[in-house]
Amino acid sequence: MDPMDAIRTTFFIECDELLAQLEEGLMAMEQGSADSETINSVFRAVHSVKGGGGAFGLDPLVRFSHVFETLLDQIRSSQVEPTEAVVATLLRAADMLADHVSAARDGGGVDEARSEQIAAAIMSHTIGGSATGAYEPEPAEIEGIDFKPQMISLDLPAAEPAADFDISALLASAAAEPAGEPVANDEEGGWVVNFAPHASLYAKANDSALVLRELASLGEAVITVNDEALPTLDEMDPAGAYLGWTVRLPGSVVEEDIRDAFAFVDEDCDLEITREDGVQGGPDIAALLAGAAEPVPAAAEPADLLSSLLQGAVEAPAAAPAAVATPPAPDKPFNLMDLAPHVDTLTQSAPSAPAPAPAAANAPPAPPPPQTIRVDLDRVDRLINLVGELVINQAMLAQRVMESGAGKATDVNLAITDLELLTRNIQDSVMAIRAQPVKSVFQRMPRLVREVGEATGKRVKLVTEGEGTEVDKTVVEKLSDPITHMIRNAIDHGLETPAEREAAGKSAEGVVRLTAAHRSGRIVIEVSDDGRGVDRVRVRAKAIEKGLITADAQMTDEEIDNLIFAPGFSTAASVSDISGRGVGMDVVKRSVQALGGRITIISTPGQGSRFSLSLPLTLAVLDGMVVTVGDQTLVAPLTTIIESLKPRAGDVRPLGPNNFVLKIRDAFVPLIDTGAALGFGKSKFDPTEGVALLVESDVAGQVALMVDHIQGQRQVVIKSLETNYKPTDGVAAATILGDGRVALILDIDGLVTAHRKAPPRADTLAMTG
Amino acid sequence: MTELSLDGRDGSELISFRIGEQEFCVDIMAVREIRGWTPATPVPHSPRFVRGVINLRGAVLPVIDLADRLGLGAAVETARHVIIVVQIGSRIVGLLVDAVCDILSTADHTVQKTPDLAGDHMQNFVKGLIALDGRMISLIDLGLVLDTHQAEAA
Repeated sequence: MDPMDAIRTTFFIECDELLAQLEEGLMAMEQGSADSETINSVFRAVHSVKGGGGAFGLDPLVRFSHVFETLLDQIRSSQVEPTEAVVATLLRAADMLADHVSAARDGGGVDEARSEQIAAAIMSHTIGGSATGAYEPEPAEIEGIDFKPQMISLDLPAAEPAADFDISALLASAAAEPAGEPVANDEEGGWVVNFAPHASLYAKANDSALVLRELASLGEAVITVNDEALPTLDEMDPAGAYLGWTVRLPGSVVEEDIRDAFAFVDEDCDLEITREDGVQGGPDIAALLAGAAEPVPAAAEPADLLSSLLQGAVEAPAAAPAAVATPPAPDKPFNLMDLAPHVDTLTQSAPSAPAPAPAAANAPPAPPPPQTIRVDLDRVDRLINLVGELVINQAMLAQRVMESGAGKATDVNLAITDLELLTRNIQDSVMAIRAQPVKSVFQRMPRLVREVGEATGKRVKLVTEGEGTEVDKTVVEKLSDPITHMIRNAIDHGLETPAEREAAGKSAEGVVRLTAAHRSGRIVIEVSDDGRGVDRVRVRAKAIEKGLITADAQMTDEEIDNLIFAPGFSTAASVSDISGRGVGMDVVKRSVQALGGRITIISTPGQGSRFSLSLPLTLAVLDGMVVTVGDQTLVAPLTTIIESLKPRAGDVRPLGPNNFVLKIRDAFVPLIDTGAALGFGKSKFDPTEGVALLVESDVAGQVALMVDHIQGQRQVVIKSLETNYKPTDGVAAATILGDGRVALILDIDGLVTAHRKAPPRADTLAMTG
Repeated sequence: MTELSLDGRDGSELISFRIGEQEFCVDIMAVREIRGWTPATPVPHSPRFVRGVINLRGAVLPVIDLADRLGLGAAVETARHVIIVVQIGSRIVGLLVDAVCDILSTADHTVQKTPDLAGDHMQNFVKGLIALDGRMISLIDLGLVLDTHQAEAA
């Protein structure tokens, strides 16, 4: 991979983490539980996204985050009170920032109108928003600082108007607005920052303009360019750096913030941050420049040179100020750094005030974050495979030792017991590497709730619990879709409108609760709402209308509630944009089942519903029923099995020439001979000698599978058959048994489908519908 | 007689093995390991020459009965049969053969073009012949073994 691409990838990984941190902090602010450290972390998150974005030239991202950051900074310095309205705007801004990041990562664009609208909303909360951080919609304009050429008194003889270029305008233009105003005269005295980038700064794709803009966002900055180091044109290195800047900032700015601005560049520049004497106050810019420019005869020549250079470099003289506004571009190095020594003298002559203790020093030190490393997932998977193999090997070894006739109390067996313990521990530890808290999924939900709430006009509060619950990474990834759908469903269908809620004596704001917990070796995710509950009369009517049940069917409340999972069922009278995307709860149920999970609903009319989703902790293992068919050992996924029974002779009835049905408590279900369906059964099919597994299939409802014996239940490690072979009908995957042999895991739906396709008369099975 | 280059590399090494009375060889770079016969788990709905799948240190890989694949009749496996584990593209496949014989270098032996025998099934899989001490060794095209097998199985 290109090194730059690798860095870019890392940047976006970090962006995700920063955005999560941002969202978390904002949620804390929303709940009013934010301390200054939270606000700082929120600020840092946006700041880091911006910094990285700047390095990669992601202009729209940088512009947006700059506006965002400006408001956060004012909140941080207590200039702006984080009211409910402000935090709501910040949350929307965080969503927008996430959009900007993904647009920058995946290409594609963002909703410009929305971005601008949110940026405008942010600026409406920002004090003097446009002055400290102008949001420039034109993509070509990178500068956040509003450089405006402005005539100020400047006693520089060389600044006499040239024929078509004015050096004083050039120098003045480098002074940021509001240059004419005196520097804020605090009691502490202002800051003087001397900043002279080396060529290496530009070589590392940093940009002085970003640093200067950063400084300007800290407070009213007066920025002066030091351009005396500019050599004559023929001596000039096009890739060199000749410009330096003096930035004056009000004393109220924290030194740490100033240093932060140089975080990415401090190794590649001469940096000097000093505090001016408070009594003396900030001399105005004109006096500074006048003093600095004292060696008049010497300055005159370079200035002429400069103007001629600029005429050459900039095609239209009118565009000159714009060119000066972006001096860091390495191809325009018209710096005159000789000014710097004078400025240094000036700052040195001022008695340097004692450096103020950084604000953070007073705060108790934050606990150091746990150390982490990034590891390629493939490496972890390889390790897990090896450990799985070790476990099998250990089991085989134990079996061989037993076969050799060594007694239980012999040294060999004791050592093997120790080995078993060790391998189990290793296995648990390795699985823990892949375990991740469900937080990463839960964190995406507040945004969803806000958006769905907005779209439906409902007021919703999301309460989450158990975010720290850990589950295998593969499961975490698969959780997102079902949870998203359940939450959408809860808000759209479950919760009432504020008016309806008040009429029912509830608070106008509905509560959606999202929880995660470990329960008996599985992870249980629950989504509950305090809405109206399932409208059973409507559900029932709909089910009859859709032909899912007969009009006279006797059903318990629970059975009616579960009808919403039936394929093709959707209660929404009008297909709304939120839930009705042609995806019903049946799809959710199917995808959950595909993961070896179960989904259930408990509903109380008027009080709300609760969806409960139970999933295995990892997708690498499966709870299976180990069965024998012919001379083969097979595994049936336990989640699909309803019950197992031994059919009596009279219970199995032929249906047509080749099909059988099994009578279970007055119901007939199709009977499939597993061996025959897989092509390795016995010659004669005798149902009374085997065991029937009653399973739930998606395609044909309940089906009975005939097997020879049940060996027992076991957790098995899932191995793909497709990696080295090909997908096979009726087989979901493979696993490796304790004796090292491969056993196939049955795919119930595939088996049923294959059986239905098989001759002679597939339609005979339709009776189960 | 035409010289046949093996992936443009001179002095490639080949591993030769025996099926019945005939000798074959494959590029040694494709061979991952050689292991003894282990019973394979049959896979439903697969062609007859796919003996089933075996466990190779946690990976599940198919075993192809090369004799059957080449049209020489299905092998009756014994404990002396071996499985040559080869990598074909991104897949790892086991080849069931009678015995492994030798390692030879193409630098020492000329690979001759396979004579055109119309209609012979085996001709599809043999991309060249090597003469060695009066024996004839057929060079197997591994890619074709799998490709055709997939085309047929699909």
